[in-house]
Amino acid sequence: MLTLKQTRQLRTFLLGSLAWIVALLVFFPIFWMLLTSFKTELDAFSSPPQLFFTPTFENYIQVDSRSNYFHYAMNSVVVSFGATFLGMLLAIPAAYSMAFFETKRTKGTLLWMLSTKMLPPVGVLVPIYLIFKDVGLLDTRTGLILIYTLINLPIMVWMLYTYFKEIPKDILEAARLDGATPMQEILRVLLPISKGGIASTLLLSLILCWNEAFWSLNLTASSAAPLTALVASYSSPEGLFWAKLSAVSTLACAPILIFGWFSQKQLVRGLSFGAVK
Amino acid sequence: MSDLTIKNLKKVFEGLEIIKGIDLDIRDHEFVVFVGPSGCGKSTLLRLIAGLEEVTSGHIYLDDKEITDIAPAKRDLAMVFQTYALYPHMTVRKNMSFALDLAGIDKKEVEAKVNEAARILELEPLLERKPKALSGGQRQRVAIGRAIVRHPKIFLFDEPLSNLDAALRVQMRLELARLHQELNATMIYVTHDQVEAMTLADKVVVLNAGRVEQVGSPLTLYHHPVNRFVAGFIGTPKMGFLKAKVESVNAGGVLVSLSCGHQVEIAVKGEHLQRGSRVTLGVRPEHLRITAASDSTFKAKLTVSEHLGADTFCYVETADQEVLTVRAAGHFQMKFGSDIGLELDVQQCHLFDDQDRTLARITTPL
Amino acid sequence: MNTSSLPVEHSAQAEESSQSVQSQRRRKSKISLAMVSPSVVVLLAWMIIPLSMTIYFSFIRYNLLYPGDEGFVGLENYYYFMTDAGFTAGLTNTLWLVGSVLLISVVLGVLIAILVDNMFWGRGIVRVLLISPFFIMPTVSALVWKNLLLNPVSGVFAAIWNFFGATPIDWFTHYPLGAIIMIVSWQWVPFAVLMLMTAMQSLDQEQKDAARLDGAGPIAIFWHITLPHLMRPIAVVVMIETIFLLAIFAEIFTTTGGGPGYETTNLAFLIYTQALLEFDVGVASAGGLIAVVIANIAAFMLIRIVGKSLTEKH
Repeated sequence: MLTLKQTRQLRTFLLGSLAWIVALLVFFPIFWMLLTSFKTELDAFSSPPQLFFTPTFENYIQVDSRSNYFHYAMNSVVVSFGATFLGMLLAIPAAYSMAFFETKRTKGTLLWMLSTKMLPPVGVLVPIYLIFKDVGLLDTRTGLILIYTLINLPIMVWMLYTYFKEIPKDILEAARLDGATPMQEILRVLLPISKGGIASTLLLSLILCWNEAFWSLNLTASSAAPLTALVASYSSPEGLFWAKLSAVSTLACAPILIFGWFSQKQLVRGLSFGAVK
Repeated sequence: MSDLTIKNLKKVFEGLEIIKGIDLDIRDHEFVVFVGPSGCGKSTLLRLIAGLEEVTSGHIYLDDKEITDIAPAKRDLAMVFQTYALYPHMTVRKNMSFALDLAGIDKKEVEAKVNEAARILELEPLLERKPKALSGGQRQRVAIGRAIVRHPKIFLFDEPLSNLDAALRVQMRLELARLHQELNATMIYVTHDQVEAMTLADKVVVLNAGRVEQVGSPLTLYHHPVNRFVAGFIGTPKMGFLKAKVESVNAGGVLVSLSCGHQVEIAVKGEHLQRGSRVTLGVRPEHLRITAASDSTFKAKLTVSEHLGADTFCYVETADQEVLTVRAAGHFQMKFGSDIGLELDVQQCHLFDDQDRTLARITTPL
Repeated sequence: MNTSSLPVEHSAQAEESSQSVQSQRRRKSKISLAMVSPSVVVLLAWMIIPLSMTIYFSFIRYNLLYPGDEGFVGLENYYYFMTDAGFTAGLTNTLWLVGSVLLISVVLGVLIAILVDNMFWGRGIVRVLLISPFFIMPTVSALVWKNLLLNPVSGVFAAIWNFFGATPIDWFTHYPLGAIIMIVSWQWVPFAVLMLMTAMQSLDQEQKDAARLDGAGPIAIFWHITLPHLMRPIAVVVMIETIFLLAIFAEIFTTTGGGPGYETTNLAFLIYTQALLEFDVGVASAGGLIAVVIANIAAFMLIRIVGKSLTEKH
């Protein structure tokens, strides 16, 4: 017979092992992608797939010359940061005013903002495409920045709103009594206090922009195409460059994956519109 | 000079009248305490004075200058919040100098003022710390320091001690009293704790349901409450109330009979009372005495007694299930459930009419 | 104390001190309006302008390949779109895709979240591994799955099938929708895990302890304490995943292109083919509006269920 303590230890061990197995299974595709990126194209396509091989950095070395990686990466960076910056510029004042000058309409406005997320992108694809074509925004970074700002704005406002809501009103009132103007209130009191919330909102927006793959595939061709589009170009059947695909994919995903790891807890709030903390 | 005058002040919030027309005069250097049960409007009144809430109607004057419509920062007031509301990202020094920095005051002057406040509050060793690293009492002192550096005409305190533990609360209470002496400033202080009100105030304003019930010195309120609400609110343990009926109104007072049949004559003016009308007799615990059951016609049962050392508070129940508190000597011992007799100090009893107004005492020339 | 050295008197703005509260209040609400309105205006424009254009286009004949032929056609576009062979397929595929991914991610999400809620060695790493797929861009996960895992010749799955002596499955030929569901689930189960894992942490440990003292076993605790606690986050997961799953596009675009036939065409992809491959703006717009209506029905139900509790409890 096992003692109570032994049973507990055994249980912990079994459950822990199970959790590890599940986690490794879930992570396996990413691991496999990483592994393949170090294979030669021949190894990558061999059957059965090889776990052991002579690693090569060839795919990474060639990544730019073969697929113009940096052009796409630059587009991703500019578009993601641009949209995030613009979104913050709009969202911070909106969230501030909704959190601290709540009116009867505030809740309604927030829910309405959320509802714009319900609008399926295909519903507006045609007009946006035509408008962009007419004003010359097709395949431009500016065009993508505008779209990304709009689709992420509700999430950013919600996320900042929930963070701002947690700041005691007293502190801002104290600042007001101390003679701060609304601008000083935001810049010198509100933003420094909610650094953490601001940072996670920034991160979430970056992640969402970086991985967005509807508008980027439909509104760009080459000059403004971000990494999502570059990877998609590997789907064409004419070449079986799986190792190179893996290298490009790894490079495209690594920064965001690391961002995601670091901010997983805070992201929950934004992704759930503040409903899960 | 810093006299505050409030005239017919009203505040309506979402259709609810929270402040129902308040008139108040606060003199220079006075320590005024607003006290009342939660929801009585005391905090709202303070916030109206501070300018954090907009006045619905009425006027506020500071030294004959109307401030009803002036932005909070420009009223020459400083406020200490219940939650302290310190800026968590700033050091103690920065917290205290923030207002002065915003006003664009010369750096040297700011430094001098902050150092002065830190000296008064013994905060010097903590100046470079962030609020997170301070204890509750220290935070409280920083919050006060933030008010002091501005040399406001009036200090406003919104339940400043309610987040502190009991021991610290007593200490800070003393410190506030000292500060009032040292700064010689006008202070308005909101609390729901009547002990704070009694100990700190020059003048207590008792608020209830958006109205001022009574204004006066702590002892005036204790000995001469104008109505049953003030009588019941001021004093711990609370004044006991007994239903009574007027038997006769005489020159020397009003003769009433309690529900148990016991009759007492209270020396109050009762010209407008009718024989048989309902009144309430109020008696504080120290004005009741326990006697043997056989010695009094006013009988009751002892339910619980609390031994505090110097005193014993006995909770007794009359035949009519009215509960009274009696202050007895520290060594008082009696079994729960015992039948006892009660003796009233009639000189000290209060009588309230059916409108709960206190009937005026007949002052007997000594 | 010298009360005359008031800091406010040094203030350059001291002259303005005569503003009335009324104007102060108006200023305050003006400021707060000025702060909210940019966001509201751009979102309103984002909603109204394209949507009204979509509505307009849906009632005219409008093909980019035949310019100059625009004219009012009434409901013809709708008729054409809804009788198109792709429509029924697109609708069923959309429902299958959304339904099965939701089911899979909620069930697995709850199970994994509970599993990870135990204390064990390397829990932090396990959590990181578990949520990683969510941060992989859709085009990458689609291609990695298609080429590296599900490939019938050199894929990892084929190797496993071979190892057990089975014939490898050609997923994208025989079970194309199943393959897409697999890929999308892989991306969205981590989202559910992330949400539910976080929610698990706010579960009152004392409540569990009390239940254990009351004699509740692990299964009773799951049904009576854990699951009720998770209902709200589950609702949130369902709501948010629905929004995104209705719009799944890149995974189909990069793997099957909607085929074979219409087997993996969902509404989003169908409209895309109408609009940007056949350039039939009119029909695509009609389809877009139908998608909007479907999304709105889903959203309406979801908001009814979850929306209220979203704004409460702050």
